[in-house]
Amino acid sequence: MAESVAEQTVQEYITHHLSFLTFGRTHDGHWGFAHTPEEAAEMGFWAVNVDTLGWSVFLGAAFLYFFYRVGKNASVDNPSGVQNFVESVVEFVDARVSESFNFKNELIGPLCLTLFFWILLMNTMDLVPVDWITGAFEWTAATAFNFEHAPFKIVPTTDPNITMGLSLSVFVLIIYYSIKHKGIGGFLGELAFHPFPKWMFIFNLMIEIPTLLAKPISLGLRLFGNLYAGELLFLLIAAMLGAYQLPAHFAWAAFHLLVIPLQAFVFMMLTIVYLNAAHETEAH
Amino acid sequence: MNFNATLLGQTISFIVFVWFCKRYVWPLFAAVLEERKKRIADGLEAAARAEKDLELAQNSATEQLKIAKTDAAGIIDQANKRASQIVDEAKEQAREEGQRIIAGAQAEIEQEVNRAKEALRAQVASIALAGAEKILEDSVDQAANEEMLNKLAAEL
Repeated sequence: MAESVAEQTVQEYITHHLSFLTFGRTHDGHWGFAHTPEEAAEMGFWAVNVDTLGWSVFLGAAFLYFFYRVGKNASVDNPSGVQNFVESVVEFVDARVSESFNFKNELIGPLCLTLFFWILLMNTMDLVPVDWITGAFEWTAATAFNFEHAPFKIVPTTDPNITMGLSLSVFVLIIYYSIKHKGIGGFLGELAFHPFPKWMFIFNLMIEIPTLLAKPISLGLRLFGNLYAGELLFLLIAAMLGAYQLPAHFAWAAFHLLVIPLQAFVFMMLTIVYLNAAHETEAH
Repeated sequence: MNFNATLLGQTISFIVFVWFCKRYVWPLFAAVLEERKKRIADGLEAAARAEKDLELAQNSATEQLKIAKTDAAGIIDQANKRASQIVDEAKEQAREEGQRIIAGAQAEIEQEVNRAKEALRAQVASIALAGAEKILEDSVDQAANEEMLNKLAAEL
């Protein structure tokens, strides 16, 4: 009996931590927060995960405001420590862009800087102990608003909506630049007349269209998968190891510390590579 | 994993953030980095120029030192020449002076000899006369012998 209660608790704990604070139209017609994952699913497309989107916007705005302030007070001769840090980030991104992007496009630098640092910050939220903010929010919601078991997810990149929102935007840019630089014909030709001779265009399309579509999906799901798995392991450690969880948390956090910047970097690098390919006009 | 409007929200935020970054953040750092790059390039160029200037200055210093050395050698040479000339002139003058002194002394000696001769001659005449008086024991007629005595004095 006690065991089953404990198991139930672990399952509930993890389910609770994996669900979103979704705002949308409930089945009885009024607008409000979903109280269960099932209710959130019933809300359909026109609902918003207030927690992940909120953290995402907050982190993005905070980092851009911070960079902006540092840039406004930047000094050429006597840079402060903060300025050195921000400059090294900007230079790092700029170096990757000039290495891998062979065309002139003023958008790529700022785009990649935003992607890299924003994703880095969103991933870093994974290192905040799983119950601190979530628990504080749950307690506040239950006490102040009589909203029991309110979920609150603080790592935006563990929400596929967030990662796919980024990767689909990049995908739109890929299509836009492909058509801009190759023309509609060139773009479609690349899909249809490659890699086999022209008369086999059916096969070419069967190969190239999935290749094209795989770009945004793999880009978004790679980031989501890595962070989701990381968070899930933190949750399992927190739920199952009880009082002995600290060293396990530490070990996983140390490993995850590599994944966090790596995934931000991979997302940025693939964006550069995809957009570079979109600018390439000559057939290969 | 159900998709909802969060996807759109994220896309819109992404567009706004990239726009903000491109419009306001990126240019600030591009400007600072560009300016610093320029200053470093200028500094390196100035250093190269200074090095070249230093080399030129060193060359000119060496050149001037060489000229100064040549000048100094010329001046010393001239001075030596002038010194030996002065010594030669002095020697010449000394010799001439010595010869003049010698000539003066010789003339004086000659004069002295002549004077002595003259005195001696007068004395010889009187000695001869006295001798003759003694020999003759008799006074010679002064007047008779006057002519002979004068002749004798003249012969001496």
